Amino acid sequence: MSEPTGVIHDIGYQRYTGPRLGRRHVFGAMYIHGVRTAFGLGRSAKAKIFPWLVVGIVLMVAAAVTAIRSQIGEVVMTYAQFADAMSWLVIFFVAVAAPELVSRDLRSGVLPLYFSRPVPQADYPLAKLLALITALFLLLGAPQLLMFLGGAFTADGMGAVWDELLDLLPGLLYAGLWAVVFASVGLLVASMTGKRAFAAGGIVAVFLMTTPIVGILSVLPSQAANQLSGIASPPTLVQGVGIWAMRDLLITDLAEGAGPDLGPYGPVYALAAVALVAGCVALLLARYKKVAAR
Amino acid sequence: MTLIATESLTKVYGGEVTALSDLTVAVEPGIVGLVGANGAGKSTLIKLLLGLLTPTRGRIQVLGLDPTADPAAVRARVGYMPEHDCLPPDLSAAELVTHLGRISGLPRTVARERASEALRHVGLHEERHRPVGGYSTGMKQRVKLAQALVHDPDLLLLDEPTNGLDPAGRDAMLALVQRIGTEFGISVLVCSHLLGEVERICDTLVAIEGGRLLRADHIAAMTSATDVLAVEVSEGTEELAARLAALNLPVGREGRLLLVPLADQRTYDLILGAVAELDLPLHRLDQRRHRVAELFARRENSHV
Repeated sequence: MSEPTGVIHDIGYQRYTGPRLGRRHVFGAMYIHGVRTAFGLGRSAKAKIFPWLVVGIVLMVAAAVTAIRSQIGEVVMTYAQFADAMSWLVIFFVAVAAPELVSRDLRSGVLPLYFSRPVPQADYPLAKLLALITALFLLLGAPQLLMFLGGAFTADGMGAVWDELLDLLPGLLYAGLWAVVFASVGLLVASMTGKRAFAAGGIVAVFLMTTPIVGILSVLPSQAANQLSGIASPPTLVQGVGIWAMRDLLITDLAEGAGPDLGPYGPVYALAAVALVAGCVALLLARYKKVAAR
Repeated sequence: MTLIATESLTKVYGGEVTALSDLTVAVEPGIVGLVGANGAGKSTLIKLLLGLLTPTRGRIQVLGLDPTADPAAVRARVGYMPEHDCLPPDLSAAELVTHLGRISGLPRTVARERASEALRHVGLHEERHRPVGGYSTGMKQRVKLAQALVHDPDLLLLDEPTNGLDPAGRDAMLALVQRIGTEFGISVLVCSHLLGEVERICDTLVAIEGGRLLRADHIAAMTSATDVLAVEVSEGTEELAARLAALNLPVGREGRLLLVPLADQRTYDLILGAVAELDLPLHRLDQRRHRVAELFARRENSHV
């Protein structure tokens, strides 16, 4: 006797007795969801436009740089310089991705659904932060990888490829620094408001409005003020740390006075960057402690 | 097993606003109605049950666990449906409920399966793949219920599930809650400011007012003992009252009606016998089921 096919049986409600995964998996689920959100994946076509426009531009720049180098043999920019050159695009990417990650959730009121589940309070903002850092690192790292592949295939011999790799690694590290600093600041600003437009404006303001302060400090008659001026704004702060750690890779123009002069304050820049990130993370956690109790 | 137990539970916000005061209550598994006016402390109680707030004083237990000491253990077994809007408009119901299932610790494929099951149980089928932003209020309430159900909790906390629904929507939601409580075998705490609504589906009723416990009991105990017979005769009301009093029946008056507590079936016979003996024209004789609302109304009056 053959079984009837195509019959749907209502088997009623089924209790679940299978495994329930722990904190690490839940964190992973939130993290992956966050990375996808940053690039507009799993969202409407509208949400994909801006992230992929930025991705397209950085990849095109990388392709152009690689092409010029292989044809003419001139190094337009080093791996490390790439992040600096793309700083505006990074800022705009953060201004779109950070509100998408946190402001939307604040506005739609979905947070009680997270905090009524077995998720430690800090895991939600930390997963979002890690997701944004990853997105920024991919944004800056992928084009460098493209440049590296282009360089490696046109290089003569394994030795040259090895040299190329030694140039790439500091570049990726520098991209990581950009990602960590910009993600922490951007996410903190975005977490303050549920309105995405305000959050985006706030992020651009924090990154760009601080630039004039750097300008003023750098023309003051005090040399110490000039040399410390970069600390006042996140982009120049990151550049300062880069120049301190890898001057040769960032400043290829060997003319005297090229690039900002840090004087003896390089380590101060590094400490300031660490303090900025730590401060932002602490404030972010405090912010969500308050939000969770509402 | 006790579902929820509190002992002198007190919550004071910022040292001045008392949301709950000295609440001691113990309820058994089943469908529990939590009624009270807006601001009575219902939502505060729910947040304490979830461990989102810490009690100022007193103790609280949910499913035998302490949400203050181990909120994660409680939340793993509890589903929560908030009162307010909580759905991101550009996600589809299926994506949202799947994601929240994973946040509750379900493996990826299980989360997807259980999300469609939960949405099917609340009555959302093909529309679950459309963005939530285009849903009606009724559909949104169903999605909120489905996300509370996706991880198969032992207790559902529903904060005003019928909020914003039209009468038909309310009935459907209440029927759904009743089904979850009876067929699914999941205990439910339903919060509402509308007593008439929850009393239809609850086993137990907890009423709070101004952060204090008004009454907590099985719904059967609240209604059964209070049935009365209303007798109306066209004339001779006084004579009948005297005769019934002579028969040792405690007679009450309400306008032209005589109210006699229904002790057992014999009460009917006594009344009919008395009416027949006096040869009075009987206008009506009917059993009045006291609704729970009247109990509270009477109690509140006696407070004043």
